[in-house]
Amino acid sequence: MDIVHYLSLFVESIFVENILLAFFLGMCSFLACSKKVETAFGLGVAVVFVMIFTMPLNWLIYEFLLKPNALERFGMQGLDLSFLTFITFIAVIASAVQLVEMIVDRFSPALYNSLGIFLPLITVNCAILGAALFMVERNYNFAESMVYGAGSGIGWWLAILGLAGIQQKMRYTNAPAGVQGTGLVFIASGLMAMAFMCFAGIQL
Amino acid sequence: MNFIAKILEKPLDKLNELSQPGQPLEKMHRAVEAFDTFARTPALVTESKVHIRDSLDSKRLMSTVILALIPAVLFGMWNTGMQTINSVVGLDASFLNAMFIGAKVLIPQLVVSYAVGLGIEFIFALIRNHEVNEGFLVTGMLIPLTMPAEIPLWMIGVGTAFGVIFAKEVFGGTGFNFLNPALTARAFIFFSYPTKISGDNVWRAIEAHKEQLVDGYSGATPLAIAATAPRGTNVVEQLSEAGFNFKNMLIGTIPGSIGETSVIAFGIGALILLITGVASYKVMLSTIVGGAFMGIVFNLFGSETSLAFMNLPWYYHLVMGGFAFGAVFMTTDPVSAAATSLGKYIYGFLIGVLAILIRVLNPAYPEGMMLAILFMNIFAPLIDWVILQLNIRRRLARA
Repeated sequence: MDIVHYLSLFVESIFVENILLAFFLGMCSFLACSKKVETAFGLGVAVVFVMIFTMPLNWLIYEFLLKPNALERFGMQGLDLSFLTFITFIAVIASAVQLVEMIVDRFSPALYNSLGIFLPLITVNCAILGAALFMVERNYNFAESMVYGAGSGIGWWLAILGLAGIQQKMRYTNAPAGVQGTGLVFIASGLMAMAFMCFAGIQL
Repeated sequence: MNFIAKILEKPLDKLNELSQPGQPLEKMHRAVEAFDTFARTPALVTESKVHIRDSLDSKRLMSTVILALIPAVLFGMWNTGMQTINSVVGLDASFLNAMFIGAKVLIPQLVVSYAVGLGIEFIFALIRNHEVNEGFLVTGMLIPLTMPAEIPLWMIGVGTAFGVIFAKEVFGGTGFNFLNPALTARAFIFFSYPTKISGDNVWRAIEAHKEQLVDGYSGATPLAIAATAPRGTNVVEQLSEAGFNFKNMLIGTIPGSIGETSVIAFGIGALILLITGVASYKVMLSTIVGGAFMGIVFNLFGSETSLAFMNLPWYYHLVMGGFAFGAVFMTTDPVSAAATSLGKYIYGFLIGVLAILIRVLNPAYPEGMMLAILFMNIFAPLIDWVILQLNIRRRLARA
C-alpha cells in the first residue's frame, strides 16, 4: 500500500501537477535555456539532482529547527522560527548547488563543462524553492518530500525537453516580426500547458 | 471539366495580369494566386534538373483529405437528423428529412468556420505576402465535425480564430505549426465553454422542439454512460440498457459530435487516404494498436471491485467516442505528427495508450483522444530529435 502511495505521488508530481506547466514555476530558465535539446537535457538533469538533494535537507531543517515548537525537544518552549523559512531554504539550495557543482566538477568534468553557467543558476530556479514550500504546505513526511522532489524535478525536465524539441523545430519558422523570439516561446509554452491539462483532474 | 476550365481561363488570366507587381491589384496578388491555383494547375514549374514532375502538391494533397472526409460529413448530417427525429414526437422519419435537419445544423457551422478561418488566413497571406494554402479547407471541415450539434455558432467562430491565429499563423502559417489547429480550436472551446461541449444535452439538435420531446430518450453518449457506470456493475450491460451495442457504435447511429460517430464512414475515408498515400499507415495503425493495448491492459487489471469502465472489452474502446475519427484524420496530420519512420510508430502508439488512459482514469474528461493527440503533438519534435541523434550515432559508429 505504501509503495502504491509513493508511486502515485511520484506520477502525480510529474504529470498531473507538473511544476512548470501547471504551476508555472521555474519559467526563466525554461524560456532561456531551451534553444537546444542538449542544453535542456543537461539543465534538466542538474535540476533533478538538486531537487532530490535539497528537498530532504530542507525537510530535516524545517522539521527539527524551524517548525513552530520544533525546538521543544531541546528545552526551548513556544519558539516559532518559521519566519526564517524562506531565507533558510534559499541558503540551503544555494549551498547545495555549490556542493553539487564541486562534486560534478570532481567526478564528471565532461558534464560540468557541458552545463557551464546553468549549474550555479539553478540556485535562483524558483521551481526548487516552490517545491520546498509545497512540501511544507502539504505536510509531507521525509520519504514523501524526497519522492515529491524527484517527481517535480523529472516533470520539469520533461517539460523543458518538450519545449527544446519544439524550439528545434521552430528554428525555421517565419513568424510575424511582433512575436519573434521570446514572444513565440511564451505562446508555445502556453499551448504546451493547455495540452498538459489532459492529466488535470486525475485522482491517483 | 474542360468546359469549366475554358470559362474560367480568361478572367483568371486577366486577374493574374492585374495583380502582377506595378499593376492596380498588386496588393491582392496572394489572394488571386490562391484562387487561381485552386482552380488550375499552378503555373510555376521548376526549371532546373533532377525534379520529379507530379501534379500532387500540397493543394491536391489537402483536396484528397477533403474527399476522404465526405463520407463522414454525409453520415454526420444524416445521423444528426436521425438523433433529432428519434427524440422528438411527430417528425417525419424519412431519409430526406433527416438529411435536411442535419444540413440545417452542419452547414451554418461549416460556413462560420470557413468564413472566419479563411478570412484570417487571407488577411495574413496578403499582409505577410505568403501563399494561401488549402490546409485550412481541411481544418475548417474538421472543426464542425468535432462539435456537438447544439453549440452556438459564435463559439465556433471564436475557437476557429484562436486555432488559426495561435496554433498556426503566429508560427508562420501552414507547415510551421506544432499543434493541430483543428484540435487546438476544439480544446480552446472545450476549456472555455465546457457546458456547451460536454454533458448529456448538447449532442442533439432539439432546441427548436423542446415542447415535444419523447420521454426517456436520453442524449447521453456511450462514453458518459461507461464512465459513470457504478463499481461492480457490468459495463456492457449498462451500455445495452441505454441502447448501445457494438454494432450501432460501429455504424454510428448514436449521439456524439457531428462527425465522430461512424467508424464505417472513417473506414472509407481511411481507405482513400491510405491508397493515395496521403496519410501515414504507420501512425494510423500504431494509434489503433496503442488503444487496443491499453484496453487489454485495463481488462487484465480490472476486477469485480474496480472501476466498471476498466472491464469494458478492449474492442469497444476503438468504436466509442472520437477514437476512430482522431486516429484517421487527426493523428495523421503530416505537420504536427512525428516525421521519422520509427518516430511515427512511437507517436501513434503513445496517442492510443494515452487516449484510453485519460478516458478511463480521468473523471474530469469523458473523452481522451483530443488531449492525447495534443499532448503527443508537443513531444513529436522531441521524438524525432532523439531518433535522428540515434541514427547519427549509429552511422558514426559504423564509419
